[in-house]
Amino acid sequence: MSNNLIEVDAINKTYERGGETLVVLDDLSLNVPENDFLALMGPSGSGKSTLLNLIGGLDSPTSGSVRIKGDRLEKMSASALSNWRASNVGFIFQFYNLLPVLTANKNVELPLLLTNLSSSKRKEQVATVLNLVGLDDRGGHKPNELSGGQQQRVAIARALVSDPAILVCDEPTGDLDRETATEILELLQILNRDLGKTILMVTHDPVAADAAKRILYLDKGKLTES
Amino acid sequence: MKYWSIVKSGLVRKRARTTLTILSIAVAFTLFALGRSVAVAFTSEVDFAGEDRLIVSSQLSFTQALPLGMKQRILALDGVDKVVYRQWFGGTYIDPRNYFPKWPVPNDFFDVYPEFKVPEEAKEAFSRNIMGMIAAKDIADKYGWKVGDRIPIIADIWPKSDGSVWEFDLVGTYEGGEGGEVYFNWKYFDEARAYENGQVGQFAVKVKDASQAESVAKSIDLLFANSSNETKTSTEAAFARAFAEQVGDIGFIINSVLAASFFTILLLTGNTMSQAVRERTSELGVLKSIGFSDVTVMSFILYESVVLCFLGALLGLLVAASLFPFFAEISISFAGEIKFGYSIIISAFLVAFLTAAVSGVVPAFSALRLNVVDALRKN
Repeated sequence: MSNNLIEVDAINKTYERGGETLVVLDDLSLNVPENDFLALMGPSGSGKSTLLNLIGGLDSPTSGSVRIKGDRLEKMSASALSNWRASNVGFIFQFYNLLPVLTANKNVELPLLLTNLSSSKRKEQVATVLNLVGLDDRGGHKPNELSGGQQQRVAIARALVSDPAILVCDEPTGDLDRETATEILELLQILNRDLGKTILMVTHDPVAADAAKRILYLDKGKLTES
Repeated sequence: MKYWSIVKSGLVRKRARTTLTILSIAVAFTLFALGRSVAVAFTSEVDFAGEDRLIVSSQLSFTQALPLGMKQRILALDGVDKVVYRQWFGGTYIDPRNYFPKWPVPNDFFDVYPEFKVPEEAKEAFSRNIMGMIAAKDIADKYGWKVGDRIPIIADIWPKSDGSVWEFDLVGTYEGGEGGEVYFNWKYFDEARAYENGQVGQFAVKVKDASQAESVAKSIDLLFANSSNETKTSTEAAFARAFAEQVGDIGFIINSVLAASFFTILLLTGNTMSQAVRERTSELGVLKSIGFSDVTVMSFILYESVVLCFLGALLGLLVAASLFPFFAEISISFAGEIKFGYSIIISAFLVAFLTAAVSGVVPAFSALRLNVVDALRKN
């Protein structure tokens, strides 16, 4: 029995554009053990975000398989994949993607609305994760009342609140200054080290990539290890 | 209800647009409630409840005259207390813009219409003076008439046999009733008119017991069934509606106007919802990435549409309810008594639901079909 949490096996991802076939991922295989912190680097258009989307269950491969904790994602229906995402993966985006009219508390609570938890239990859990990301006094604030770093912390809290095994981060520090980016990366390291989260992070920033346990390079749809 | 925060976030995202859309829907529902109250009156069956006065007109048309001799036969029926009659005169006072209904009536006409407060001396003068006229006080005041004035009326329907202009002597004024009408002496009218002498427009029948009104109405129509003067007996309200429908099928006209306004509202709400979905593409993508299914995200959009339409309907009904007393007063002359009943409220909410469903279905389907990866790229 493999101890890999994520097993990507010989996947291809192609798109049809103007009558031409565009190969984004080319026979790519990847294993990610539990509690790994993996940085994916590479030039624009190399397929980093596509790989992340496949592992996060947002997209399906043209061929090959993506197996997470034994679940074959490419075999799942759209609704089964939605359920799977709700309990197994948390997303952190470059531009935070918070709902602008909801407070931090309400944004973080969103994934819990898909559970059967009571309102008080949800509030309790939201308070816990906001405390974890150092924003327990900012729960009542809307995104436009928070700094970029604080918004990203809210997004991390939202990704964490349903306690997923995997955190998928697409350029999580891409919109932040160096100091704030460092704080966010330290927070991700804590989540990986202390909470055992498996983290996949796409980044263009070598400093950000250095925060990971290992770095993989993707070029023209193929992987190379550093 | 745990998803309410998400639905609400969609509605309050653009407060001004949401408010304006709700106000537009509210206006449509105000028109709906008021319009339907009239349309229902025009399309419903005659309600005899509480009526102690009936109008008997020709079965063919209320413009078709009936022989005056029918009066005695109606009066002989069980349950009939009094019978009077009248004829629509038409005519013009100086200028066609000076419009007010004019009716030749017999001397005892006001006995059947006690709500018209006519001074005794005016009644006496009316019966003594063959050219006598009694006018509503508001009409007399409007045209500056005083008792003793001779009022000329140019004939249109009813010319005099000698071709001269009709002239009447104002012998008094009345207050009460709906006002705005003028009555003159039947004897003069019937003797001087060029044709149809001895014919009346309608009979007004006072019944002894209001609870018997419907059976008396049936007895009258039965009495003249299969004769050359078949009758149609109804309430005053139903007669007023039939009179108003000379211009066309009022119920159909009102319902058509309402349908047109709702078609506009449908487009407006549909456009609002489509814009809301386009603007929130990435947010909807985020919800899907979190684990909300396509169908759940679609239901948020439909839910928003329903809330918009229901809030608009509620506001519109409240405005309509507050305007209704004034509206009912205005419309009583042509529609009779109208009601702001539960059926209007229920049908308004059904229409609101239908509007929400139809206007929300296209944007909701767009949200359903939204590809999460494409949606997240829209940032």
